[in-house]
Amino acid sequence: MADTIRPKKEKAAVEESLFTSGHRACAGCGEALGAKLVMDAAGPDTIVATSTGCLEVFSTPYPESAWRMPWIHSLFENSSAVASGVEVALKALGRKGNTKIIAQGGDGGTADIGIGCLSGMLERGHEILYVCYDNEAYMNTGVQRSGLTPFDAHTTTSPSGKISFGNQRPKKTLLDIAAAHNIPYAATASVAYPADLQRKVKKALATPGPTFIHLHVPCPLGWGYKAELTLEIARIAIDTGLFPLVEIEWGKVTRVRKITKDKKPVEEYLKPQSRFRHLFASEDGKKELAKIQAIADANIAKYGLV
Amino acid sequence: MSKPILLFAQPGSSKVNKTGSWRTMMPVFKHKDCTDCRICVTVCPDACVSGKDKIYNANLDYCKGCGVCAYECPVNDIDMVLEVK
Ligand SMILES: Cc1ncc(C[n+]2csc(CCOP(=O)(O)OP(=O)(O)O)c2C)c(N)n1
Ligand SMILES: [Mg+2]
Repeated sequence: MADTIRPKKEKAAVEESLFTSGHRACAGCGEALGAKLVMDAAGPDTIVATSTGCLEVFSTPYPESAWRMPWIHSLFENSSAVASGVEVALKALGRKGNTKIIAQGGDGGTADIGIGCLSGMLERGHEILYVCYDNEAYMNTGVQRSGLTPFDAHTTTSPSGKISFGNQRPKKTLLDIAAAHNIPYAATASVAYPADLQRKVKKALATPGPTFIHLHVPCPLGWGYKAELTLEIARIAIDTGLFPLVEIEWGKVTRVRKITKDKKPVEEYLKPQSRFRHLFASEDGKKELAKIQAIADANIAKYGLV
Repeated sequence: MSKPILLFAQPGSSKVNKTGSWRTMMPVFKHKDCTDCRICVTVCPDACVSGKDKIYNANLDYCKGCGVCAYECPVNDIDMVLEVK
């Protein structure tokens, strides 16, 4: 039995991705693209635990799996705890070898309900990479706001209308929360820059101890933009300063992606997305745009992006 | 309690699910100005673009027609066209 779920040895130069076709993600899904890039960077000798959410649902309708590696579905909140168990079990059995372990989940599964389990995993020092796929809402249950939903975004539980411009709470700085555990490596990454993302995954997996990547993955359905724009939207998020690309080692910022030449006003990011449409419909919306620009400017100042 | 839990699926078995039927727009790889940059392969969320030596194509069994490859192609060598079935 155990043999059937171990990855087969593959010859190099096989083009087929470790996260393969036939999954049921929406056309243009940023999260599916993110998973493909992360898995191909990690390689076949990897065990993956995934929280409940779109990523799990669209990749594994029983009895199918899009994962070409050992993969386990945890609960919504505890992929980091399940992965911790996998890691200590392999070590106890003397079978850890070079096998890599990844725990992953959505923004809701990571920054809200799973934050305790994640904190435990980081604190106990397991050799696990945790990847948070941030599509900025609880997408699988129909676009409810999460702690990582940006300020003023319309979701089904933070509707814009007469009395509100949408989500009134700022996006949690998840990277800082992870880095505050004084772990060897924590980084943000984006599907906009696949090579940069894959470098970060490899770096994290080569670093002993717990590591963390906060990955920005646009969602055509929940954000309301044309599917072909997934990478474009992710790029503009970076170029506006709203999603800074940063690497932190042992609590110190060691590398950032500068936006000196590409810097854009936040309107360019907000306009193509229907979740921010209400900001352009009234005079009062202009004040809100100024508040969002202030968030971007604060990020730019914090990390010295220009 | 020695019975094994049988709730597992074979790796990569999602390929039985031919998501190409979802498509309305279809990518046409023109094979004219291709520079072998392989961006189309990298950015496909459905892992269905493959090829080599400046000849790349989408596997239409799985391509959902999102248009990301065409949008990202730096030399505009992929067109999205309405598919007539
Ligand atoms: C304990 C628990 N509460 C609620 C749910 C229902 N549920 C399933 S997926 C999901 C949303 C997941 O959101 P996120 O983690 O952001 O992942 P996404 O679907 O956006 O990728 C919820 C609320 C659940 N499965 N388990
Ligand atoms: Mg989410």
